[in-house]
Amino acid sequence: MSERENILARIREGLTVPAPIPGAHELHGHEHAPNPAPIIPGMVMKWLPPVGPKPGDHIALFAKNSVELKTDFQLFNSEDDLQTALRALAKAENWQRIGSHRGSLTDEACVTLGLPVVRTDEPYEMPQLESCDVGISECEALIAQTGSILVTTRSSGGRALSVLPPHHVVLARRDQLLPDLPAGFALLKSKYADDFPSFMSLITGPSRTGDIERILVLGAHGPKKLTVFCI
Amino acid sequence: MNLNVLQFKTDSERLTHDLGHRDRIQSALNKYYVARDDKKARFQDWQAARQAAAETKWDAVNHLDKYLVEFAEKIEARGTKVHWASTAEQARQIILGIVKEKNARRIIKSKVMTGEEIHLNDALEKAGFSVVESDLGEYIVQLRHEAPYHFVFPAMHLSRGEISDLFEKELGTAQTDSAEELTMIARRVMRDQYLAADIGISGANFAVAETGMISITENEGNARLTCALPKVHIALMGIEKVLPRFEDLTLFLPMLGTAGAGQAVTCYNSMYAGPRQRGENDGPEEMHVILLDNKRTHLLADIEQRDALHCIRCGACLNVCPIYKNVGGHTYGTTYQGPIGSVITPHLRGIQEWKHLSSASTLCGACTEACPVKINLHHHLLHNRRNAVAQKPVWWEKIAFELTAILFNNPLIYRLAAWGGRFGQLFHPLIKGSLLDPARAWTKTRDLPDVAPQTFKEYWRARQK
Amino acid sequence: MKVTLFVPCFVDMCYPGVGVSIVEILERLGHEVECPEEVACCGQPAFNSGYWDEARKVAIPVLERLKNAEVLVIASGSCGAMLKVFYPELFANTPHSDDAIALAEKTYEFADFLVTKLGNPDLGARFPARVTFHDGCHGLRELGKKKEPRQLLSQVRDLELIEMGEAETCCGFGGTFSAKFPMISTAMGEVKCASAIETGADYIISNDSSCLMHMQGLLSRQGEPIRTLHIAEVLNSRA
Repeated sequence: MSERENILARIREGLTVPAPIPGAHELHGHEHAPNPAPIIPGMVMKWLPPVGPKPGDHIALFAKNSVELKTDFQLFNSEDDLQTALRALAKAENWQRIGSHRGSLTDEACVTLGLPVVRTDEPYEMPQLESCDVGISECEALIAQTGSILVTTRSSGGRALSVLPPHHVVLARRDQLLPDLPAGFALLKSKYADDFPSFMSLITGPSRTGDIERILVLGAHGPKKLTVFCI
Repeated sequence: MNLNVLQFKTDSERLTHDLGHRDRIQSALNKYYVARDDKKARFQDWQAARQAAAETKWDAVNHLDKYLVEFAEKIEARGTKVHWASTAEQARQIILGIVKEKNARRIIKSKVMTGEEIHLNDALEKAGFSVVESDLGEYIVQLRHEAPYHFVFPAMHLSRGEISDLFEKELGTAQTDSAEELTMIARRVMRDQYLAADIGISGANFAVAETGMISITENEGNARLTCALPKVHIALMGIEKVLPRFEDLTLFLPMLGTAGAGQAVTCYNSMYAGPRQRGENDGPEEMHVILLDNKRTHLLADIEQRDALHCIRCGACLNVCPIYKNVGGHTYGTTYQGPIGSVITPHLRGIQEWKHLSSASTLCGACTEACPVKINLHHHLLHNRRNAVAQKPVWWEKIAFELTAILFNNPLIYRLAAWGGRFGQLFHPLIKGSLLDPARAWTKTRDLPDVAPQTFKEYWRARQK
Repeated sequence: MKVTLFVPCFVDMCYPGVGVSIVEILERLGHEVECPEEVACCGQPAFNSGYWDEARKVAIPVLERLKNAEVLVIASGSCGAMLKVFYPELFANTPHSDDAIALAEKTYEFADFLVTKLGNPDLGARFPARVTFHDGCHGLRELGKKKEPRQLLSQVRDLELIEMGEAETCCGFGGTFSAKFPMISTAMGEVKCASAIETGADYIISNDSSCLMHMQGLLSRQGEPIRTLHIAEVLNSRA
C-alpha cells in the first residue's frame, strides 16, 4: 500500500466521528452551540473592512491605502499625462534598462521611454532581468479594499518581472479597479476557470520586513519601490 | 525529571531574570498589538469572521481525505508531482532523493516551519548540500546556528547590535546600527543565491482543494523569488493546511495578515498552480509538493483536540501569551512554541516527554481569545494534563490530591487544618525562604498570607448560635 | 431570595472579610443567606493538575450539597468558573451530568450576581481612594465578564477608577503553577504589579482573591505601598 493510501486510511479512520462545531467554548458554559451555516460566497464582504458603494469611494480608498503602504499611486486623465509622468520618473530614477512585456499599456510605455527592454514574455535570461532598473507591467486588477495589485504570469509578464527588479511600475486602467478581495478572486476564477496560470499574486505595497527589532524596512528582497499609474 | 523538563526549567529560570530580554520582547510585541488592534478594528465584524474561519477549517479538517485527494488530483493535472510522507524520515528521503537526482549544488529556502519540524536543513547539509535561508529572520538565526525564536518573527530576540556583530563576524561587513543597512546586506547576499540556486524549497500556508493550488503568504518577496528563479520548486506542507475553496482565501489572507502581523494583508500572497506552463518564460520547470503526516493523523483521531489542526500558524497565540513573553521561544525546546506548540507537541512527539509544556501555563485563555480560527487552546492544555495523568499519574501528586480530598470532605479535619495553619505560621518566619521551608517555591519571592484569627466558617458558626 | 453562598477554602482561611462583606451586603439587600459548612473546596487544584478522578471525589459532595440551591453565589471568579463552566465537563458522561448542568445555570460569581441578577442596586457604598481593577482570567474569559465589576465600582462614592495597561493580563498565579514554575509566576506578577503601580492607584481591586493573594505576596515582599482588596470589601465600605 502506498503512503498515500496509508495516510488516507489513517485520516478516514480518525474521522469516523465528527468533531464538535467550533466556537462552543466561547459560550461560557451552558448555551447551545449554533449549527454551522454554510459559508455562502459573498458573506465575507459583510465582515471584511468596508469599501463604500461608489467607484469614487474605491479610488479614494485605494489612494488612502497606497499612502499607508508607501505605494506611489497616481491617477491620470489622459495618455499624454501618463507618458509625461513616466518619462519624468525614468529621468528621476535614472533608468538605463527596463524589463517589460507586450500589452496595450506597456507597449506605449516602452515606446515612450525608448530604453533597452528585456521582454519577459519571450524566452529570456534571468541575469538580463537582474540588470534592469525597473519592471514595468500591467495587472489583472487593482483592489481598493487593501490597496493591492493582482498579477498573474499571463497579465504581468511572468513570475519574476514584478519582483526581481528594484522598482515595479504597474500600468492599469480605471476600469480594472475592483472594490474588494472577493471581487478580485471572483475575477480570477471567471477569467481562468479551468486553465489557471501557474502563478498569481496579490501584491500589497513594496517589499518589506520587520524582522530586525520590528523596525519597518522597505525593499527586503522584492522591489523597494512600487508605483501604480492608473489611467 | 526528564531532560526536556530540566531544559525548560533551566532556560525559563534564566530568561525570567533577564530583564533586557523581557524588555526587548515586550517592546517588539507592543508594536504588534497597536498594528493588530488597528487592523482588527477595520473589520466590519471581526468575531463573525473568526467564526466563519473556524467553521471553514472545521469543514476542511473533518473532510480532510476528500479535500486532500481533490487538491492532489488538481495540482497533479498541471504537471506537479505530489508525494505523500507518513513520517519525517520519509519526507527527508523524498527531498534528498530529488536533490540528488538533480545534482543540486545550491539550495535556497523560504520560511518552512515543517522543514524545521523534520530537521530538513541538517539532513541536507549532512548529505553535502548547501542550504541558504532567504527570509531575513531565518537567515540571521541560521548564521547563529539557532532555531527560530518565533515562527513569524524568527529573530525577534535579537538587537540591531547583535545582528551587526553577527554580520561582521560571518560576512565581514562593516558595523552599523541601521536596520535598513543590515537588511540591504542580506538583500545583496541573497541576490547571488537566488540566481545561482538549482532548487527552491518553500512551505505553504494554504492548499486550495478546489483549484489545486498552494498559497504562500510573506512580506519580503523571498518566497516569490525562491519559487520563480530555481529550476526546481519543492513545497513541503502539513496535510492539515487544506482549504476547501478558492474564495476561502479572501477570508483567510486578511485573517492571517491581521492576526499574524497586524497587516490588512501581507505584502505578497501568491498562488502556485504548478510548474511553468507553455507560454510562460520563467518559473520552475519542475514542481514537487510533499504532503507531510508526521503524527497529524494521530491528532486528527483525538476528537476533543482535532481543532488544533485548524491552526494557520499565524503566531497570534504566542504574541499574547504571558508565559511566552517572559521566557521566549527557545525555552520551549521544540519547533512549535507558545500555546499551539504546547497543545500539539505531546501529540507529535509524545505526551509523557512533553506534558510539561501544558503544565507551564496559568490557563489564562488569552491564546484562545486571540486565535483567528477559534481553537480551544487553553482548554486543550488542560486536556493534555488530564490525558498525561490518565496514562501515567505522578504518584506523589496523586497521594497529595487524595489527602486533600479527605481534608475537604471532612469538616472536622478541615477545622483542625485552620488550627494547624495558625500553629505552623508561628514557626514559619524561622525557615521562610530557606531550603527547609516547604513553601519555598512561593516564599522565595513572595510573602504568604496569614491564616485569619477567625476564618469565615468560624464566623458563620458563631453567628448561627 | 434564598442565596446559597460558597466561600472557597483560601478565602475562608485567609480572607474571611471577603465572605463577611458578601453576607452583609446580601442581607442588607433583604436576601436570606445560607452557607453550608461541609462545602470547602470546588476541586479545581486537582482538576487543573489533570487528576479528574480525585477532583470528582471532592466535587461530588459539593454538587450533592449545592444542587438544590435556589441560586448559588461564589466568592471567587476562579471557583465560580469551576462550577459554572467546568463541572459540566468534569461530570460529562457520568450520572451527575444533569445535576452539574442544572447547577451551572444558577451559579454566579458575586460581582456578576449583583449586576446580572440583582440589577446593580445602589449599595450605599463609599470608598474614597484611587483604585485600579485587575480582571482575573477566569472571570474575564471563562465567565465572560468585564463590565460588571466596573459597573459596581461606578456606584461607589468618592472612588476613582484608573485602568491599568495590563488589566486583562494574567497575574501569574494559576494555582499550582505558582509553585511549579515559581520564577515565571513571579515574572508575570512583576509585570502586573508594575502596571498597577504606574496608575498611581492606592488599591488593586479584583473579584478573585487568589490573584490578589499572589500580587499582595509580591508587593509586600517588595515593600510597595499599594494594597490589594477584594471588590466585596470595597462595596461593603460605608464610612
